[in-house]
Formats: sequence, C-alpha cells, structure tokens
Amino acid sequence: MGKVINIQPITRIEGHARVVVQLNDEGNVDDAKFHVFALRGFEKFCEGRPVEEMPRIVNRICGICPWNHHLASVKATDKIFGVTPTPTAVKLRRLAQHLAYIPDKLLHFYFLAAPDFVLGPDTDPATRNVVGIALANPELAKKVVHMRQESAMVLEKWLGKVIHPVAAVPGGFSRPLLEEERKNFLEKTKEQFEFAKFTIKFAKEEVFPKYLDTVKVLGVIKTGFIGTVTEDGTHDIYDGKIRLMKPDGNYDDFVYEEYTDHIGEQIEPWTYPKMPFAKKWANGEFSLDLENPKGIYRSNALARINTCDRMSTPEAQKELEHFRDQFERPAQLTLLYHWARLIELVNNCERSIELLEDPEITGRDIRTPVELKAGHGVGCVEAPRGTLIHDYTGDENGFITKANMIVGTTHNQAPINMSVKQAAQEVIKGGAYDQGALNKIEMAIRAYDP
Amino acid sequence: MAVKVSSEWLNACSGCEISILNLGDVILDLIPEKIELVHIPALVDNKYFGPLGDGTKLTLPKATVGLLSGGIRNEEHVEVTQEMREKVDILIALGTCATGGGIPAQANIFSNDDIFAKIYGDCPTHEPAGPPTEVIPKYTENVKAIDEVVKVDISLPGCPPHPDWIKAALLALLEGKTEFALEERSVCDTCPVIREEKSAGGAAIKRPLENYEYNPDEPLDKMRCIMEMGYLCVGAVTLAGCAGQTGVPRCIQARQACRGCFGPIRKGAKPLVDMMSALASIGQDVKTVIDRRVLLNRFCGAHGNLRPLPTRKK
Repeated sequence: MGKVINIQPITRIEGHARVVVQLNDEGNVDDAKFHVFALRGFEKFCEGRPVEEMPRIVNRICGICPWNHHLASVKATDKIFGVTPTPTAVKLRRLAQHLAYIPDKLLHFYFLAAPDFVLGPDTDPATRNVVGIALANPELAKKVVHMRQESAMVLEKWLGKVIHPVAAVPGGFSRPLLEEERKNFLEKTKEQFEFAKFTIKFAKEEVFPKYLDTVKVLGVIKTGFIGTVTEDGTHDIYDGKIRLMKPDGNYDDFVYEEYTDHIGEQIEPWTYPKMPFAKKWANGEFSLDLENPKGIYRSNALARINTCDRMSTPEAQKELEHFRDQFERPAQLTLLYHWARLIELVNNCERSIELLEDPEITGRDIRTPVELKAGHGVGCVEAPRGTLIHDYTGDENGFITKANMIVGTTHNQAPINMSVKQAAQEVIKGGAYDQGALNKIEMAIRAYDP
Repeated sequence: MAVKVSSEWLNACSGCEISILNLGDVILDLIPEKIELVHIPALVDNKYFGPLGDGTKLTLPKATVGLLSGGIRNEEHVEVTQEMREKVDILIALGTCATGGGIPAQANIFSNDDIFAKIYGDCPTHEPAGPPTEVIPKYTENVKAIDEVVKVDISLPGCPPHPDWIKAALLALLEGKTEFALEERSVCDTCPVIREEKSAGGAAIKRPLENYEYNPDEPLDKMRCIMEMGYLCVGAVTLAGCAGQTGVPRCIQARQACRGCFGPIRKGAKPLVDMMSALASIGQDVKTVIDRRVLLNRFCGAHGNLRPLPTRKK
C-alpha cells in the first residue's frame, strides 16, 4: 500500500473531523474518507427529561444554529401536548428563525469560505484566514465584523440570549416584541438588507467568476436534494412540507411525521454520525460509489434553492431566476452552495423586514397554556445546514421516553464523503500534491459548511 | 510583539467560539496587532500532522495563552488537552462544558454501553447495529471537565461565556497578569426582580406550562421573583455573570427562569444540596422538583456530580 495522508483538523468548518487519503503505489488516490469524531449522545440523555425543558437542552447540539434546534424542538413539544401556538407566537418564532440566519450566512461566507476565494486556495496557510482578509481589505473586514455582530445583537437585545436561546416555549413564546424594539430592529434589519445586497453583488462580480473553473471540477457529484417548501412549493425555512428531490428533478413531498417512510440511515464503522439516505430510490440500497451512488441526497442552502419552485420575496426571487438562468435545476456543482447561501441571505433579510412591518408582530397574546399529556411529535425547521428533524415521544407525566434527531449536516455526511473522494482524485495525481492541493479537498468540504 | 493564542474545541457545540466573535469591533483592535492566533480550527488552517498531513504525532504550536472549550469525551480530547497544556503558559477553560461538563455531561447518568445501545441499536430509521469502532477515538469512561485531566489556570464558565469576560480575561493577560476570575456571587445577586422572601405557599413546585405573570410594558424590577411565584429558578445556586459586566441575567430578560448555565457559585459546590436550603427558605420542598438530580446538575455533570444510577437487583 502507498502513503496515507491525514488532514486534521479540517479547518474553517464548525466541527471536528479528519480526512484520511489512502494513496496506492502509483501515488494515486485509492480511497479518501471524511471521519467525524464527535458523538455527544443527545438522543440518549434526553430520555427522562421534562418535555417542556427540551428546547432549552437540545439547542446545545449546535452553538452556531442554536435557534433552529430550539425551534424544531419546540414544534415537537407543541405536538406532544396537542397545542396550537397563537398567531403572534408563530410570527415571533418565525422572526427569530429568519433573524438567526443572517449572522450565520455572514459568518460562513466571509469568515470561513472567503479566504479560499479572496486570497486564493494556494496562499500561505498562515494567512489564509479572516485575519489575512482583514490585512488585504481592512475596510471590508471592519464592515463584516461589525455587521455580523450587529445582526446577532438584535436577537440578544430582544431575548437575552442569541446563543442558546430560551424564549420559545410549548404553546408559544415567553416574551412579546415591544413597539420600541420593533422600530429599532426594523431599522437595523434594513441596514442588513443593504449589506446582503452588496454581498451577493460583490460575490457575483468579484469572487465567483475568478474560480468558475474550480467550481466546475472540485467536489462535483450527482445527488438528490432535501428541503422544506410551502404547500405551493415556495422556499420556506420555518414551516411546510419536506421535499425530497431525485437527481433528475422529480420529487416526493411529505409531512414531517412521514420522514421514516422516506429516510433511512446507514451506519459505517469509521465515523460516528449515521448517513441518512433516500430509502425509496434504489430498492432501499445505499452506496457512496462515485459512478453509481445509491440513495444519496444533499441538504443545506443549495438543496433548498434546488427543491423550491420559487423564493418567497422579490429580491431573492430575482436572484433565484438569475441563478437558474445559468445552472440547470437541480444544480449539482458543489461550490454553488456558496452562491445559494447568499440568495438565502437576501431572502432572510426581506422576510425579517416583512415580519417586523406586520402589525400583529407586537401582539400580546403569545402563548397558549399547555396541559401535560402523553404524545408523539415531530418538529422540523430548516437550519442553515439542512432539515432538522426532532422526533420525541413523551409519557403522561410529561417526560421524554424516546428521542430521535436527524440534524442539518448529518444529511450531508454521505455526499461530503463522495465530494472528498472526488476532490482528492482530482488534485492528487502520481504522488504529486502540496498544501494547496490538500486545501482544495477541504474546500469541497467547506462548501457544505459542516 | 503580539501574544500567541492557541484555541481548541472538544466535546462542544462551537457556541463559545461564536461568543468570541460576538466581541464584535473589539476583535479587530486585538487581532493581529496584539493577538496572534496560531491555532484555532474554526478560523485558521493549522494542522495537527503538518501542512502535508505526513506527521505521526498530534502536535500543537507553542503559545502564551491556550483556550479550551468543551469537555472531555474521548481519547483524542485527552491527547489534545495534554498537548495544549504542554505547549501553553496559561490555560483557560472556556465555557461551562470545559469547566463543569456542560449539557453533554448529562450523558454521565448513563453508561457508555447504554448510550451506544440506544444511538446505534434503537432507532426508527435503521436496523439495530453496533457502534463504529474504526479510526474514530474511543470514548473516555465518562464526560470530564478539563481540570479533571490537566491543571487549569483560568476558568471562564458560561453557556456561552459572555464576550465581556472573554475580553476582560484577554486584556488582563495582555497586561501581564496571570490570573482572572469571576466574582463569586449568585445570579440572584444580580437579578432585579421583586423578592419578598415570603412563602411561595408550600405547594409542589409548578412546571412552567404557562407564561409567568408579568406586565411586558414594565421593567424587570416590577416583576415578581419566579421562585416566589412557585416555579423553579436556580439563580440562587448559580454563578452570576451571564449578562457580562453590566446587564441583568439573560434568561430573565426573556422572562424565563435560570437553569444554571454558569455552573455552581464556588468550585465543588453541590447545587442539589444548596438548592434544598434555598427552597426551604421560602417554604418549598426540593423533593417536589421534577427530574431534580439531572435538572439541578444540568450544566455540571462532570466532577462526579452525575453518575449512572445503580441498577436494581432483580
């Protein structure tokens, strides 16, 4: 056997992982795998916890998208207790969901992904980071750091905690939005909207075109996609039905409770996360084979942009049309995730503004009281990294007896592995590679923002 | 010359790292002139096994300050922690997972076998299987805080720690100090709500199935203490500081009860015992707190505070 390359930690992602590339005697890639080392066991230690406490526990699954877990969880608890949140409560939750996306998108584009594109994939690794960007373009860096923090602080000023929130409760929300806050947040969000429009323009004019050749070859695989859409097929990150689209563009739509009919999970002995796959596609078979993958689908922004028929807001719809003019649907090029993410950034600003201009948003009827009862509930929202599925069963005393969760990046475990192998084969040939080549393998991972 | 800082995350969620970013504009005053980030996987491309991935030993660079977030869950976490301890002068345990185990240390009420049996053996989306065993690091016997493995110089708890404290600690270190600690006082000491210290009625502690009674147009100092309304709030046994140097407790701002995310007020304190007397002082019985062993140790399950319950002999 040939040499083994251990790339660890995978950097500028949001978790812990190692890539192992196995070369053969000719120095070509025999195999490459993406190993994830983290397993905290939430599904086990949530057993026995009070149902109403769940949204305050499972937000710790992710410190970058705690709001999304918080909201998926609270939707599951609503269903267990059989309670419908008040209209204002639903709008407040939705507002929190859209606001939480804004700093997340800015973080990923500018802090994590941009160094590869703005400074170049082969730059000295010591400067290939956000500090390097700050040195190369101090004015932009200042603006980015400021805008990301400002967007996060809206949620913090309103609800105390932006990281690991507590305000969503079974039946509704714990605190209303006051008129004074509404005005202030509306002003701030309009500034974010301007910055979002600048960002996508900047990316389309100055970032993406330079690397179009890389986009066409790096990490490219052909898969299906998962996303959430409204009844009429419009993009939605808070509520709707799940759409699972095949690589050829045909799809099945289903309600949350039916996820087990459509999604199976494969366990591989070399990584902790399971690999969800579409079990109705290939007679229930699963394969990571690059030439003939079976059951593989992807989540996150590109998946949502592919699965939706249209965006819910005017500027984002224009951006979607522009995107679809250039790429087929579903778009398969992995690095297009970055572009899709920015379309969603624009959409989230627009939807936040819409909600902040809705007269009902400052309503005071924010919670339907709940009574303890046994039940089952599946709560879903779209996290930036993909469809969150929180599936809980509670007993008659209001304690969790069973929990199953499929979280955003888990959907992407299988496709990331395929992209890693594809990228490794692309950049390592005849034993020749340098740090820039290895970084390109990581770029294929970063596109998924795991 | 800039002070070298090295940072790692272990059994964690990356919320602590986002809290660092929430320093906002201050970051660019510190970096790169005053602080050089030599290792931080979230932001900087430095590798354990060298830039070409051909090293054989996990290696971290030398630095003056080391930041570790997350608790210890597997053997690689132990290795990273020991390597960082060797390579830095001052080691900071950042966040409640690092200082006390945090939410993931609730796993300590179960054995590792039970955890794997559930995760891989009892799930509606696949047939039962065994846990993965290749390449990935083995679980440690339980979830540990950093100071159970190496000496920690500074503890900055919080879930997440407030950016004010991260900034204050870094600035203190930049001035040449080697110590920094939060003041030992309770969340209640910093909470503005009305406390009358009279009996909450002696009934069983209520579950928060409806919102607490308050007028949203009035400030927090017009709202009654949540514990005195008859619900559980663990501010009395929780270290203050969640809202930074100036604010009022963050969950209270959202009109929600404290659940203890900064951990116990003093190292080694037992929230279960301390909460008993706090509740007794208003005529309530800790035994009526549901799921009390886990709820009152929600953020501090390391240090032996949470363990598997002995199985009953049949």
